[in-house]
Amino acid sequence: MPSSNHLLSDVEIGRREYRSAQTVRSVLVSLVSTVVFAVAIWLTVINTPGWERVQQSFFNLEVAIAAWPRVIAGLWINIQVLFFATIGVLVLSILIATIRTLSGPIWFPLRALAAAYTDLFRGLPLIIVLFLIGFGVPGLELFPRNSAQFWGTIALILTYSAYVSEVFRAGIEAVHPSQRLAARSLGLTHSQTMRIVVLPQAVRKVTPALMNDFIAMQKDVGLISVLGVVDAVRAAQIETAANFNFTPYVLAGLLFVLLALPMIRLTDWYTARLRTREQMGSLV
Amino acid sequence: MSETVLRLEGVRKTFGGNDVLAGVDLTVQRHEVVALIGASGSGKSTLLRCINLIERLDDGRIWLGDLDISDPRVSVDRVRSRIGVVFQQFNLFPHLRVIDNVTLASRKVFKTTRAEAEKAALELLDRVGLADRARDYPDRLSGGQQQRVAIVRAIATNPELLLLDEITSALDPELVTEVLDLVRELAREGTTVVMATHEMAFARDVAHRVVFLDGGVVAEEGPAAEVLLRPREERTRAFLSRFTGSL
Repeated sequence: MPSSNHLLSDVEIGRREYRSAQTVRSVLVSLVSTVVFAVAIWLTVINTPGWERVQQSFFNLEVAIAAWPRVIAGLWINIQVLFFATIGVLVLSILIATIRTLSGPIWFPLRALAAAYTDLFRGLPLIIVLFLIGFGVPGLELFPRNSAQFWGTIALILTYSAYVSEVFRAGIEAVHPSQRLAARSLGLTHSQTMRIVVLPQAVRKVTPALMNDFIAMQKDVGLISVLGVVDAVRAAQIETAANFNFTPYVLAGLLFVLLALPMIRLTDWYTARLRTREQMGSLV
Repeated sequence: MSETVLRLEGVRKTFGGNDVLAGVDLTVQRHEVVALIGASGSGKSTLLRCINLIERLDDGRIWLGDLDISDPRVSVDRVRSRIGVVFQQFNLFPHLRVIDNVTLASRKVFKTTRAEAEKAALELLDRVGLADRARDYPDRLSGGQQQRVAIVRAIATNPELLLLDEITSALDPELVTEVLDLVRELAREGTTVVMATHEMAFARDVAHRVVFLDGGVVAEEGPAAEVLLRPREERTRAFLSRFTGSL
């Protein structure tokens, strides 16, 4: 609000009173409608004929408590894989995106290789990449014996870098050519222009899209369980098999959602901030 | 005095079968201010872009000092670092503060230390009355202020030649003066300038020489007052008759 000593006119005071009354009213309406909606859903579900059996085998608190230590230890593995995969994806995808924007005949083989890579790994289902990398590469006996967790991380990096590099490339191409022109006119080389002028602006443009890809990867980390890594999903599977009860899966699912929530909220907040900035505080 | 900074000989540039430049000859001496005038599409901007090696020539030669810069073996980055350019749309880097925009070339191309580059940049910004905006981002500045920053950025590395490409065309009328006053001052100090412009009164006051481009060639050139007030060629007269109010 303006910080002047201006005394508000009666008309403005009236308008403000009307607006705050409207705000109270809309909060009340949304509260009541939410409660009614939730109760209706709840009553429908608990009155289904099979509800008790479903509750026993999917929402069993005792089983959840028993499974907790194993599942949470598994989730810690997922978080580690996520951490290294994120760093790997950022490095590899920026590299690929930059290679794809290089001009000049000498770079042709690299450009072609980068293009083939993005085509291949955007087309391949992640689970197939996991099997091929996780079981195939160690079979070459070229590399020191690394864990399934290591090769699972590599498979994630390879798959997600293919997508994310295309996001970066779109961002690089969205930076107006006059920016490149101005930088080169100052005598900056191609790579200096890329590093100092184009990439920083490109990254800002694609940040919401990148955050979305990060959220997608956050849950796909659970797929490394197919390699035998005892992550949250695998731990839940073990617990489920031991008790003939599916509650551990629900528990693991909830934990993944909780893990993703901060990032989801952050993405929403960031896009909202970008939007308000672009419309300069207008009401629409 | 007469040391040649720039020499063009038979410069040609064709876009899709259309001869935008059809053999342009031009010589610019040190401390000289040359105004390029001509209708839209007469090749003023293209000529500046050729000099800065942004466009490749289709024929002819260009020398910067003793160096034939139309030779494909010269380093374009080296050539461009010897020439300052100011664009119609400013083209400041929006993600860098004013001070970083101005010092970028000094630091990255000439490898000056940040402290030294910033000291020099602040002096220049102070002279154009923008030292207090050094830590701001470009979008906080008015169009006239942005264009003054762009000029400071172009001269921060002491280029031998300054190219100005219709630098007031994107400005509101009341902001034009502050930019032109700065160019006037640079001209007084002896900066060598080639500028494409539609500001005839300004060209008359500041330019030593006016070059009228028409049909891709130099149709008329000479001292500013002569070309603008007593043109010899019929087509120069026809072009200038559209600006009678401003002269």
